[in-house]
Amino acid sequence: MSKKGTLAFYWAGSCGGCEVAVVDLDEMLFDVLEHFDIVFWPCAIDTKYDEVEAMPDGSIDVCFFNGCIRNEENLHLAQLLRKKAKKLIAFGSCSHLGGIPGLGNLSSREETLDYVYHQCASMNNPEKTVPETSTDAFGNVLHLPRLGEDVKALDDVVPVDFYIPGCPPPLEVIKAAVLALVTGDIAHAPSVLAPERTVCDECKKERRDKAVSRIRRFYEGEIDPTRCLLEQGFLCMGPATREGCGAACPSAHMPCTGCMGPPPASMEQGSRMLSALASMIDVDHEKVANTEEMQASLEEVRDPAGLFYMYSMPKSIIRRRHEE
Amino acid sequence: MTESAFEPKIVGFLCNWCSYAGADLAGTSRIKYSPNVRVIRVMCSGRVDPLFVLKAFEEGADGVLIAGCHPGDCHYQSGNYKTQRRIHVMKRMLEQYGINPDRLRLEWVSAAESTRFAHVVDDMTKTIRALGPSPLGGGDRHE
Repeated sequence: MSKKGTLAFYWAGSCGGCEVAVVDLDEMLFDVLEHFDIVFWPCAIDTKYDEVEAMPDGSIDVCFFNGCIRNEENLHLAQLLRKKAKKLIAFGSCSHLGGIPGLGNLSSREETLDYVYHQCASMNNPEKTVPETSTDAFGNVLHLPRLGEDVKALDDVVPVDFYIPGCPPPLEVIKAAVLALVTGDIAHAPSVLAPERTVCDECKKERRDKAVSRIRRFYEGEIDPTRCLLEQGFLCMGPATREGCGAACPSAHMPCTGCMGPPPASMEQGSRMLSALASMIDVDHEKVANTEEMQASLEEVRDPAGLFYMYSMPKSIIRRRHEE
Repeated sequence: MTESAFEPKIVGFLCNWCSYAGADLAGTSRIKYSPNVRVIRVMCSGRVDPLFVLKAFEEGADGVLIAGCHPGDCHYQSGNYKTQRRIHVMKRMLEQYGINPDRLRLEWVSAAESTRFAHVVDDMTKTIRALGPSPLGGGDRHE
């Protein structure tokens, strides 16, 4: 690249973990800065929104966008950055699939506000204050963005060129994506910039019979560190999750929670995991009594939607809770 | 349009070896049953990926019926047991999504049980008619 490109980072509805993942690039950040000037990054440099608005359309070469679309401000910035950026990249689970905030789609906007500001045990709010979109403060009117009805992923509101999955994206996946962007040796857009098999393919634990005799909560019993967690009854999302993390969680004897999203062959993550799990439950078919045993075992999946769609609710087929 | 004009739209996944044959027998025996079910033949009830069920609801089905061989009779040994487990979890998942779990039904219908098939379809149609259109925009009002 003869001339330096321009780069923007933005955080929408996110926790800030994706920014830390960028900082984790360490000295590779210097290599990135050799190729790009950073023009917008609220976490690190002081560029105001109206300065971004004043930039010519298409003047940002690459924009990494993390976080879901949860409020009006998120939506506005998504639309603005789509106009200004040549390549818009959804960075991390929230912008890719809605992420953990996406579970908010199991509640209505009002329920969420009521719980957070009134019901939550750690909340002390005797005046029953809730956020308003505008408020009078010492003679000035201050504005807050309105919380949306539901949580959306970035590509629900604007077209996205590439996706870097993960919560936060694994270092190796970010490095490979940055390298692909710099060299121009990149897949056709839109595509997910991560390997295509499942976490199980990367996992080093020993698999024997692909059977689960009893589903166990994480605190129940000891873990055999050498064996497949799912076979031991711990609900690991490995079979329904894209690889790229090096099976980081299972390697630390924690079940995979599915942050990399579904592998390319499946439309959505939850149905794939449900299908895999049901096939693995090992009960004696011959005995009718085992129907109850099977049901009791599956009751241990206490929160199926929350477990199977922990990071991908807004991109699941049903998307959100409906009112019957 | 008025509520009484609501015709439930039910997607029925029937296994090739038992339930589809049972439905076929209901037809050749000229048994009358509700015309609300749209039958899709699958090789085994175990072939019904949870994805199919979610997709059916998303596209406006008011109910999804899955019918397979009786326990012990599965042509592939254990397909129906696997479906049974999936449906058990799916019903709870649908509830979390705000969809009444009675909209999803699993039944065992053998190749000889034509009257049972007719009864299941009639009964399910009745149940769903009482529930009303699916919250995802179901109903047969556009045809």
